[in-house]
Amino acid sequence: MKPFQYVRPTRLKDAIEAVASDPNARYIAGGTNLIDLMKRGIDSSEKLVDINGLPLKKIEKRNGFLRIGALALNSQVAQHKLVLENHPLLAQALNAGASGQLRNMATVGGNILQRTRCPYFYDPVFPCNKRKPGAGCGALEGINRTHAIFGVSKNDPTQSCIAVHPSDFCVALSALDATVVAVGIQGERRIPFSNFHRLPENRPDLDTNLEKGELIVAVEIPDAVFTKHIHYLKIRDRASYAFALVSVATALDLENNRIKSARLALGGVAHKPWRLLEVEKSLVGQPVSEATFRKAAELAMQGAKAFEHNTYKLTLTPNAIIQALKNAVALV
Amino acid sequence: MDEFPGSEAHPGPDHQEDRRLFLKQSLALAGLTFTPFPFQQADGAEPPLADADKIPLSLSINGTKRRLAIDPRSTLLDLLREQLGLTGTKKGCDFGQCGACTVHVDGQRVLSCLSFAIMQQGKKIMTIEGLSNGTQLHPLQESFIKHDGFQCGYCTPGQVMSAVSCIREGHANSEAEIQEYMSGNLCRCGAYPNIVKAIMDVKTGGQAV
Repeated sequence: MKPFQYVRPTRLKDAIEAVASDPNARYIAGGTNLIDLMKRGIDSSEKLVDINGLPLKKIEKRNGFLRIGALALNSQVAQHKLVLENHPLLAQALNAGASGQLRNMATVGGNILQRTRCPYFYDPVFPCNKRKPGAGCGALEGINRTHAIFGVSKNDPTQSCIAVHPSDFCVALSALDATVVAVGIQGERRIPFSNFHRLPENRPDLDTNLEKGELIVAVEIPDAVFTKHIHYLKIRDRASYAFALVSVATALDLENNRIKSARLALGGVAHKPWRLLEVEKSLVGQPVSEATFRKAAELAMQGAKAFEHNTYKLTLTPNAIIQALKNAVALV
Repeated sequence: MDEFPGSEAHPGPDHQEDRRLFLKQSLALAGLTFTPFPFQQADGAEPPLADADKIPLSLSINGTKRRLAIDPRSTLLDLLREQLGLTGTKKGCDFGQCGACTVHVDGQRVLSCLSFAIMQQGKKIMTIEGLSNGTQLHPLQESFIKHDGFQCGYCTPGQVMSAVSCIREGHANSEAEIQEYMSGNLCRCGAYPNIVKAIMDVKTGGQAV
């Protein structure tokens, strides 16, 4: 690991200035992803700005939304009364991710900013456009069984990226229309979750639309009615402690056994959490039935494209959508 | 431990101490021969820091306050093992995938391999060495022995530290729940059924952990 300078500011302003003014500086909070990347030489930051001294841990109800501080730990959020009461889908998604130890370390901000677990990104022997734009993509002709089936660049895939976003929490945040609150040199701004993560296109090195030096201070989740008919379904290679091959976050509001409103997002299938707005619209007014869910899953798969080793996702994904919807309404 | 006085599979305390001393001496000799730098990394490419560039760190380890000077690159795991000789905490994968390095920081289980030591300023660290009360083993240590919750034993310190948290966190209410909340600790010998039994036994026994 390269030597780095370590600072621990106690004022937000100082932290932001320290990172904004130095191209080789980076924030560190839980460190569960960054330290891993630094050990492997994938990240070689020369200055780490430890933000754990900043007051960003609060989870609170405000007018119209739940606000979760960026430094709240994954384990704290997953068991917090306000989260369980208002947005239990978030707790389900968090508990499906990582392990007890990692959830005690990983923060909300860091979870949102975690990088892909594509093995070619992690192995400097292989070319990777995310590590080094223009280098090529090892996964395209490699073992791409965990890779994307949606949102892949149509222009020149050899210059792009087919990796997937690894977070479970983000899939639920996407479905629940969260907003990311970020503070930079220019002040504070609110970024809708759908516009926070990027598709790779011609800049696969960029995972998000955050500006240099901008720090996530909180996420806000608007009040909603989704407390009863929710489900986070995660399909993985082993029963626990593995990244999703495919995951589904769903929330339904029912009235007289018909769907009044629906939320649906996928994980493990694209460079960003894959929100299914069209499918949500199509579900409104439909009766709660397996036939309805089958139709929704079919619509969700439009535009999907597989690579050599992940064609199974073309079958697994719609099946997972149907199962998640059935679980949400306890339809056997 | 009295059940297995000095047997091959479960050497008694004296044998363990002898073996540890031998290992430490061997490591020290190997260290003199092959690794001139205390902070040499696996890739070997980066130079060690001069003492003057080390950063002061104060923290409590197993109830003892320590004032140290450390390389900012040092993980908590490397600090414990390499600088302080607390080799009970194991280095398995060193990348946060196996749980062998699990310790408690301010009472919460974390992975010491993915924690920079410098970020533990003022914190209370508890390792497997601090879990027992003198020669009186912690109930979970006793239970792992009783239920044969290990084979080679390499993952055991991490399993035990994690198991203590699993019960304290309130996630040891069924075998299925224990399996889920212990999933961050891998056991390549496959002692899982006995590990689950060991935890269930302490939980249902109602002993304070």
